[in-house]
Amino acid sequence: MDAMLIYKLILCVIVFVVSLGMAAYMTWGERKLAAILQDRVGPDRAGPLGLLQPIADGVKMFMKEEMLPGKSNRFLFILGPCLFMVTACMTGAVIPWGSGITIDGVLYPMQITDINIGLLYLLGVVSIGVYGIMIGGWASNNKYSLLGALRASSQMISYEVAMGLSLIALVMMTGTLSLGEISRQQDAGLANVVYQPLGFLIFIICAFAETNRAPFDLPECESELVGGYHTEYSSMKLGLFLFAEYINMFISSAVMATLYWGGYNFPFQHELGLDGNTLAILQTVALFAKIVIFIFIFMWVRWTLPRFRYDQLMHLGWRVLLPLSLANIFITGIVMYLMGKLN
Amino acid sequence: MALTNRSKTATVRELTWSEKLYLPAIFKGMLITFSHLFKRTPTIKYPDVKREMAPVYRGQHVLKRDEAGAERCTACGLCAVACPAEAITMESAERKKGEENLYREEKYASIYEINMLRCIFCGLCEEACPKEAIFLTDRIVPSSFTRGEEVFGKDKLVETTESPIDVTLRQRPEVLEFKKDKRHYHNRTFKDAKPQINKHH
Repeated sequence: MDAMLIYKLILCVIVFVVSLGMAAYMTWGERKLAAILQDRVGPDRAGPLGLLQPIADGVKMFMKEEMLPGKSNRFLFILGPCLFMVTACMTGAVIPWGSGITIDGVLYPMQITDINIGLLYLLGVVSIGVYGIMIGGWASNNKYSLLGALRASSQMISYEVAMGLSLIALVMMTGTLSLGEISRQQDAGLANVVYQPLGFLIFIICAFAETNRAPFDLPECESELVGGYHTEYSSMKLGLFLFAEYINMFISSAVMATLYWGGYNFPFQHELGLDGNTLAILQTVALFAKIVIFIFIFMWVRWTLPRFRYDQLMHLGWRVLLPLSLANIFITGIVMYLMGKLN
Repeated sequence: MALTNRSKTATVRELTWSEKLYLPAIFKGMLITFSHLFKRTPTIKYPDVKREMAPVYRGQHVLKRDEAGAERCTACGLCAVACPAEAITMESAERKKGEENLYREEKYASIYEINMLRCIFCGLCEEACPKEAIFLTDRIVPSSFTRGEEVFGKDKLVETTESPIDVTLRQRPEVLEFKKDKRHYHNRTFKDAKPQINKHH
């Protein structure tokens, strides 16, 4: 049992480090992709292809002067970015990164914890994330920050409803809330997106809104709100906010891949005739390939679509996505009843 | 009346059902941005890669020295007169004994300044110069932090004897033909001119 504990601890550290590393290189990828999509060159000075740019950015963030607004609530002001970062990192705990490695006959699952309410945990932690933005924006004692925080919280709460409802259809179909079990089911059958295309569409739109990414980046729009909730932030506290956003993007890509696109499974994986451990590594690679594709879509959308207007955002959330997700649940129920899957 | 065949008549109408979905339009837009992934960037990474200049490009000026290394400029002021932007100013001085290897003529420019912020790089100074002393080159005027730095004095304008600036592209056949004509006093080199000065005295 001790070996398992040590293994989990190592896995925790690996997931944490990989999340941070991915987030760092996503900033580079974002800038590079934006440049390419706009026929520019992008960062290319630091190292080959600008690959050392994230390190330079990180050093810059640490070296910047730490500013605390005079009339802000100091405790909450520091708590905001910390909370946002912590919740962003916490979500990685329930993602299954691969089927599992067998050492000396003991199966070490490549998932930090396969709790049977994984999906609920995910939704819960993501909802706490909004407190980071809310507290940070409120504690800044700045009108722009407050407006940004207000927008962020109302947006996240609105879209969480549709997101949760789109997941209910998935849960009805799979009959489980555990992400590990959902991944294993997709190994046996087809990827869930085949059965839940509408659910996936709703989920990906909500994921964009939850991560405050364009076209739902109203909380941090520069043009109207001077940066939104992080107007007053500087140095590494700003860095934490920006970094956590990328971690959120990485995790939501992983969640989308796990829930809808077969998780770590890839086609014909059992026909290759590989032993379990090699297969597990290949599965991790496959999952990361899926994640990278989703991250690419995140960035691709950002550099294509303009920002929503606030009333359009609320209209889409409450009057389009919410009825659609309810209809999705209804249709899923009817189809399951007709196929005789309901007892 | 349509001036081009590209004009479209704009109408205000109700959106169709598929347009109200917005998704087809979004995918169309995303395909457009995706196509840019495969387009070549037109950027020239300037300090590493230099853009090819036209052979008659008019950039930063150079004050030439003659074959013996003496400054050709005699501070006649014709360039300053010709300059439409009034960018050139100079002060003349008389050559002292023993300075013959420094200045080609008895008179020389002790101060010669071109304000690069005023200059329009028209090349009229070069055309006006009777001494083949000033040329525009294919060098780009470097940027600076202050306006004062953009007033170039002799330290930046006169070419060094170690690294002469090639202006052969600016010397058209008729210019070269003119320069060979030794009947003109200013076309003689320092060595050519020296016995003549002695003859007069």
